[in-house]
Amino acid sequence: MAKFEPVLTRLWDVPDGHTLKVYEARGGYQAARKALKMTPEAVVQVVKDSELRGRGGAGFPTGLKWTFLPKGRKETFMCVNGDESEPATFNNRILIEKDPHQFIEGIAISCFATQARVAYVYLRFEYINAFRIMEKAIAEARAAGHLGKNIYGSGFDLEIYCHRGAGAYICGEETGLIESLEGKRGWPRIKPPFPAIEGAFRKPTVVNNVETLCCVPHIVERGADWFKSIGPPKSYGPKLYTVSGHVEKQVCVELPMGVTTNELVREHCGGVWKGRQGKAAVPGGISMGLLSAAEFDVPLDFEAIRTTGCLGLGTAAVTIIDDQTPIVDVLYNTARFFAHESCGQCTPCREGTGWMYKTIKRIKAGGGRLEDLDVFANIADNLGISPGTTICGLADGAAWPFKNALAKFRPELEDYIRTHQSAAKVTPLQEQVTRGERPALFDPPPAGARPALTTTRK
Amino acid sequence: MASATTAEPRMLSETIQEKIRAYFPRYPDKRAVCLPALHIVHEHFRCVPLQAMAEIAELLEIAPADVHDTMSFYGFFPQAPIGDVRVWICRSISCAIRGGDEMVDYACQKMRVAPGGTTIDGKLTVEFAECLGICDHAPAALADDGRIFGPLDKAGVDAMLNELQRGPKPAE
Ligand SMILES: Cc1cc2nc3c(=O)[nH]c(=O)nc-3n(C[C@H](O)[C@H](O)[C@H](O)COP(=O)(O)O)c2cc1C
Ligand code: SF4
Ligand code: FES
Repeated sequence: MAKFEPVLTRLWDVPDGHTLKVYEARGGYQAARKALKMTPEAVVQVVKDSELRGRGGAGFPTGLKWTFLPKGRKETFMCVNGDESEPATFNNRILIEKDPHQFIEGIAISCFATQARVAYVYLRFEYINAFRIMEKAIAEARAAGHLGKNIYGSGFDLEIYCHRGAGAYICGEETGLIESLEGKRGWPRIKPPFPAIEGAFRKPTVVNNVETLCCVPHIVERGADWFKSIGPPKSYGPKLYTVSGHVEKQVCVELPMGVTTNELVREHCGGVWKGRQGKAAVPGGISMGLLSAAEFDVPLDFEAIRTTGCLGLGTAAVTIIDDQTPIVDVLYNTARFFAHESCGQCTPCREGTGWMYKTIKRIKAGGGRLEDLDVFANIADNLGISPGTTICGLADGAAWPFKNALAKFRPELEDYIRTHQSAAKVTPLQEQVTRGERPALFDPPPAGARPALTTTRK
Repeated sequence: MASATTAEPRMLSETIQEKIRAYFPRYPDKRAVCLPALHIVHEHFRCVPLQAMAEIAELLEIAPADVHDTMSFYGFFPQAPIGDVRVWICRSISCAIRGGDEMVDYACQKMRVAPGGTTIDGKLTVEFAECLGICDHAPAALADDGRIFGPLDKAGVDAMLNELQRGPKPAE
């Protein structure tokens, strides 16, 4: 195989790589000029041929998504998803900060292909520097005629506006994003209708991730075959992996898909920190579940990752967890996150995430019962769009770490519960009720008279 | 009796109103200016008081309750003023397993505030946050002027708090 040549990150180490001058000097906006001479349909076809899949989490084929827009539509909106709130994901931020013009060129070509004349870049407010850089870059591009009216004399008009979020994970979900853009609370919508038919301001709308659109200029410039020469089947093209957690060096690297966790850690992160061993890893943001150390050689691409029981590649954000971290701590953290971020619209999600959090908190505090694990399994199986009980995929994301942990780390979880019992947590009354005895309300047996409940069971 | 000709006192100055109106042409519907307007007001007052909410509603021609509904959904907008600098310390997975929770506790103890609270001298607001998207600095913190801190340890938190108490970074 030919040596992999990074494209998305090629300007990251170039001084002033974020300026229009440097970008143009390196052949920037040539792809846009080329695309605007083609027909929109032809551009859609190239992207479709490249089999580019969305980088925002779901991996949906981008070209195909664009063909869902109704024929003969009068108005189309582009919403770029720069909400990037999946824990451990930060590639969109660096893409924007280091090379905003690559991003703008991607937006311009994609808008031309879908005939959108307005693009909203929904940026999470935490990306303060990225926002400033984007505003500057848009002004630069506009002044140079890459945006605005009648771009390159093609008759195509385009305006790009940055729209800042306000700190809600759920606004990354595409319909939550649209609601938020419209000035409402970010409550995901029931689908169908999908955004391609009825999205922002009730008009056909395309929602794509920042990284997805950054791939587009390169596909137009070098062709679909070039794109498909990188990576394994069904996972073509360059991908940014972000690796953080218990590694010596936390990085963002561009690689062909299909790299393994071990390779990432060894070759790009200087190994697991403090000379320790990895015990588990999050494969692509915590919504995707957990890998055990035995699965560190599974390729991280859209397809292979599913053989491990994980939900998917997600955002390719890998968190390494060392062998001294209890899995209970990891689950505690994921449960707390989802309980905090559930938008509260669907009962199974709102109540389920809260229930999981309270239970894991109790386990961590030394009041766990072995039955709790079965309760987790039950909740996890019943919440999400896969069982069909919720509106959006946040609930699936909340369920998956628990599902995977129960399948891969159950002995450790049971052990934790057995060995982390603080007697004070179970009251005598609770003991009696659970044992099916008649509670002696006025004369409870002295605490400690019997061994704690969960330790007596096997 | 107040004279009927006196103009109602306004919380949002003409300049702020102008800034908000400047966003109208960007969207097909004025309501979409809700978040931008809240950001503008927040930048000015470092909070969004009820009165400002009502005036935003008037500008966007929606009900004050609609503005409140949107605003209260998001974690970003406080109703009472916050400190000169606001800092978020991340508690999500990559930061947490490297000590993020302890850093939140330590910073709050040191500043004698509960998470979300502002120091008595009004200089600093300390909050926890879910992933800030700066995990390459985990455990990381972000100030509302864009400064990024991390990887943090206790000494790092000390240094960060010292720096932040000196005030916001001057605008470029
Ligand atoms: C709970 C939830 C959160 C999401 N957060 C993001 C996000 O932060 N950024 C993103 O690009 N996509 C996110 N997505 C995926 C989007 O809904 C959508 O699939 C994506 O933006 C489509 O773009 P793509 O096809 O280019 O990947 C999220 C989905 C769910 C269910
Ligand atoms: S699944 Fe959860 S986050 Fe998604 S819409 Fe329902 S309540 Fe909201
Ligand atoms: S997990 Fe802390 S910044 Fe991402």
